[in-house]
Amino acid sequence: MKRRTLGLASAGMTLSAPALAQGGPVEIQFWHGLAQPLGGLLEAITADFNQKQSRFRIVPSYRGGYPETMVAAIAAFRAGTAPHIVQMFEVGTGTMITAGRAIKPVHELLSETGVSIDFEDYLPAVKGYYSLPDGRMMGMPFNSSTAIMFYNKEAFRRAGLNPDAPPATWAELREAAQKIKASGHEMPFSSAWPTWCQIEQFSAIHNLPLASLENGFGGLGTVLQVNNPRMTRQLALLMEMSREGSFRWGGRDSAGDAVFASGQAAIIHASSGARARYLREVPGGAANVGAAMLPYSPDVQGAPYNSIIGGAAFWAMNRGPNARRNADENRGIAEFFAHLASTEVAAKWHTDTGFLPVTKKAFEQVRASGFYAQNPGADIPIQQLLRGGGQMTGNTRGIRLGGFVEIRVIMQEEMERALQGQQTAEAALNNAVTRGNVVLRNFERANRG
Amino acid sequence: MSQSAIFKGVVVPYLLLAPQLLVTAIFFFWPAAQAIWQSLLREDAFGLNSEFVWFENFIEVVTDPTWLDAAFRTLFFSAAVAALALGSALFLAVQADRNIRGATTYKTLLVWPYAVAPAVAAVLWLFMFHPNIGIFGRALNAMGIAWDYKLNGGQAMGLVILASAWKQVSYNFIFFLAGLQSIPKSVLEAAAIDGASPRYRFWTIIFPLLSPTAFFLLVVNLTYAFFETFGVIHSLTQGGPGKATETLIYRAYTDGVMNLNLGTSAAQSVILMLLVVALTFVQFRFIERRVHY
Amino acid sequence: MRGRNIWPHVWLVLGVLIFSFPIYITLIGSTHDGATIGRGDVPLLPGTHALENYAQAWGAGGGRYMGTPAVSMLANSLAMALLIAGGKIVISLLSAFAVVFFRFPGRMICFWAIFITLMLPVEVRIIPTFEVMVNLSLVNTMAGLVIPLIASATATLLFRQFFLTIPPEFVEAAKIDGAGPMRFFRDVVLPLSVTNIAALFVILFIYGWNQYLWPLLIINDRGLETIIVGLTKMIGGGDSQNEWNVIMATAVMALLPPVGVVLLMQRWFIKGLVETEK
Repeated sequence: MKRRTLGLASAGMTLSAPALAQGGPVEIQFWHGLAQPLGGLLEAITADFNQKQSRFRIVPSYRGGYPETMVAAIAAFRAGTAPHIVQMFEVGTGTMITAGRAIKPVHELLSETGVSIDFEDYLPAVKGYYSLPDGRMMGMPFNSSTAIMFYNKEAFRRAGLNPDAPPATWAELREAAQKIKASGHEMPFSSAWPTWCQIEQFSAIHNLPLASLENGFGGLGTVLQVNNPRMTRQLALLMEMSREGSFRWGGRDSAGDAVFASGQAAIIHASSGARARYLREVPGGAANVGAAMLPYSPDVQGAPYNSIIGGAAFWAMNRGPNARRNADENRGIAEFFAHLASTEVAAKWHTDTGFLPVTKKAFEQVRASGFYAQNPGADIPIQQLLRGGGQMTGNTRGIRLGGFVEIRVIMQEEMERALQGQQTAEAALNNAVTRGNVVLRNFERANRG
Repeated sequence: MSQSAIFKGVVVPYLLLAPQLLVTAIFFFWPAAQAIWQSLLREDAFGLNSEFVWFENFIEVVTDPTWLDAAFRTLFFSAAVAALALGSALFLAVQADRNIRGATTYKTLLVWPYAVAPAVAAVLWLFMFHPNIGIFGRALNAMGIAWDYKLNGGQAMGLVILASAWKQVSYNFIFFLAGLQSIPKSVLEAAAIDGASPRYRFWTIIFPLLSPTAFFLLVVNLTYAFFETFGVIHSLTQGGPGKATETLIYRAYTDGVMNLNLGTSAAQSVILMLLVVALTFVQFRFIERRVHY
Repeated sequence: MRGRNIWPHVWLVLGVLIFSFPIYITLIGSTHDGATIGRGDVPLLPGTHALENYAQAWGAGGGRYMGTPAVSMLANSLAMALLIAGGKIVISLLSAFAVVFFRFPGRMICFWAIFITLMLPVEVRIIPTFEVMVNLSLVNTMAGLVIPLIASATATLLFRQFFLTIPPEFVEAAKIDGAGPMRFFRDVVLPLSVTNIAALFVILFIYGWNQYLWPLLIINDRGLETIIVGLTKMIGGGDSQNEWNVIMATAVMALLPPVGVVLLMQRWFIKGLVETEK
């Protein structure tokens, strides 16, 4: 009930901007998709911003998971009631960048309001993901993560493995998982976000193309290429590990997070942003949670390359197809973004959660504070992003596909069918390519204009 | 009705009908027209560009093998739900009919699942069959049966069918029991005196007399399985694993709401509307027939 | 003879047990702490945490899902169910009255226009209806949740059937008394319809309470979440780290009102069920 009156108040305000003069802060609606504990930490940042100044008030609102938040924001835009800021997971990036007047690109927002954010200080992998080829920023990076490997040290000990020497290659991972299984563990190795961790990250780390035209960065005409021989062999390996019981499917999207948090899975590939939750929930606590880089296969020349980022970014949205924001609202959004870009906020978010320090300054500050020495493993994500000498290739910059949400579901479905033994790895990836390309062509066509 | 039993006036009846007609026009006819119009368009997710494409969306839908799979899966699913729900309801109703004294009590104990929402029914079954926290899920795993409905398509389908049928049994039970109780006892007694065995009596006398009820219930159950089980699937499996539990309604939902393909989702809506028209037609032909009984 | 009579009871008791078991498990689960359930020790006897589980579900909601308290979701569900049931009954009574007791041009067209809505359930026109809601700014409002669902062909048909059985003499008598149509409606038709209204109300209340797809589409503001949708959102992807104890308590609260209505008003319920025949 309370929230509804807030909504009405803000609607009234946007309609009659001069009313601002009467005092009262400009309300900025902010929809996010982070459940607890991350959601609470994020809302604490908005509360800090609201406290710090009195002209603007950020009103955060949790709208369900990332996919639900994306759908809700797009529907609201069509209805002319879009939030000022929406948190959008990296899969939605392609959709947002081509969204035309639905979004207010960050570079425009900053130049119009005169607020400045030093994007040169952002990690290249992060900046590149959310900018146009000419470097202009489209979205506001915030909770960027990458996939890493977490493991349960107790399970390692029980299996006679050294808890301080996690497997580095896939061969070692398989061996470790087999030993863990032999020690009576029902779920030696699993994965959250199966396509992101097992297909997208694997492709980047081994410099394999996920899609043509530099994974879609080069234009809407991109086609999927996940059915390459190396990826096929990798999926076949996963299927074999699944058959022998050393790998177990943890469910779609973030469902896999839970099997590690509960202590059920001994090894998990998951978002580095899951760290906060794991430290709290895994039986045995922080001392029992090990972190390591994702394994690679040395048979690929040059591997391991850097991994790619995931997580989410914030996007400024216009209210509806025919409704722009007024100058005050834009100013409020820009100042909030600038608040997020400050070294203190970025550094605190990084140390609290396990998401990446998105700016170099934040990284330096955290390093200087001795945090990484006290929290071994906390710098794994950033090291992994810099792995391979920081020389990104077209396959390791990131992924920018339209309709990627749907493509990910397609890849998950084909993986599920493969792991059930209903099709070979080759058939699974071929199907994923065929079905995914239909989505890409439809997207290309709908967004030509 | 004779003329004297009719009130005069034209304005009053229109006023009386206005609310219903207004709601019907705005929320039924407008969307239906919109469905037809949208099914001929291609639009981007934000509604900023659109293109008129004639019947391309329809062609894309009906030539998509995964949609055809979903159609057959829906048929199988609906048939299974109807068979299970009708079969067990009939069995229980026959038992209840045999001892009239207990019938009311059993009726009370069996009718309430009707009031449980399909989505909640799904949640209750999840509590039993979750591989980690469910009593049966764990028992199956302990017995060496790899039970995980999140990865095994057949198990997922089985669970969705069970949860959907569970809820519908009470409805069928009420109608079957009413049907059984309306069969004149004298008919049965006569047969019993002739020395017919109970089983013979059931199949030759009771079942034929019950068939109008059974047919009516079949239509109701199929309609239920088609449209109202969305909640069961959405809260249990989200159509997965693979596409193992994706029905046509679920497909229209994911395509339209999650994947934001408005054109193809609208085309699916139009196809489904035609299907409902056909179903309703069957239903009413039957009801007309029933009136003559 | 005795041996044969025991079997129906055996089967029926078995049936009742099978049908109640899911609820039983849930009820029991809602009285234990989260760790017990999370470990997979499925309890079969009541535990001691009932109060705190229900208190948490009622006042705070599930933790990870940025909890919406069940009390607000229950209030939303109750409002939705009552408004839908009441709205459907009122507008159906009025339309059936118009169709039966008046002769006016376009009467059959109106009747068929209402009738045909049977063929357009929400499920088959998800996206287009959503578009209409968007155009009317009804997304995320209680009005948007209720109004589109209050048109009812079944209820109109039922009242029409019933009104046709009202003897013509009643109308003639009313006319002789000089009563207009609305007075006739109030003084004669309504009192005669009380039983039908009660029966229909039970069915429609359950129908309203159990709505799923529609609120899922129209509402993403947590302040307007209904309990059924809220419950399934708490479960998410079947996360094994969920606070199952709180979820189970919420499930009990989600199913208690409609089940209670059915059990308490069973006579009306069965009458309503048989008469609407869907």
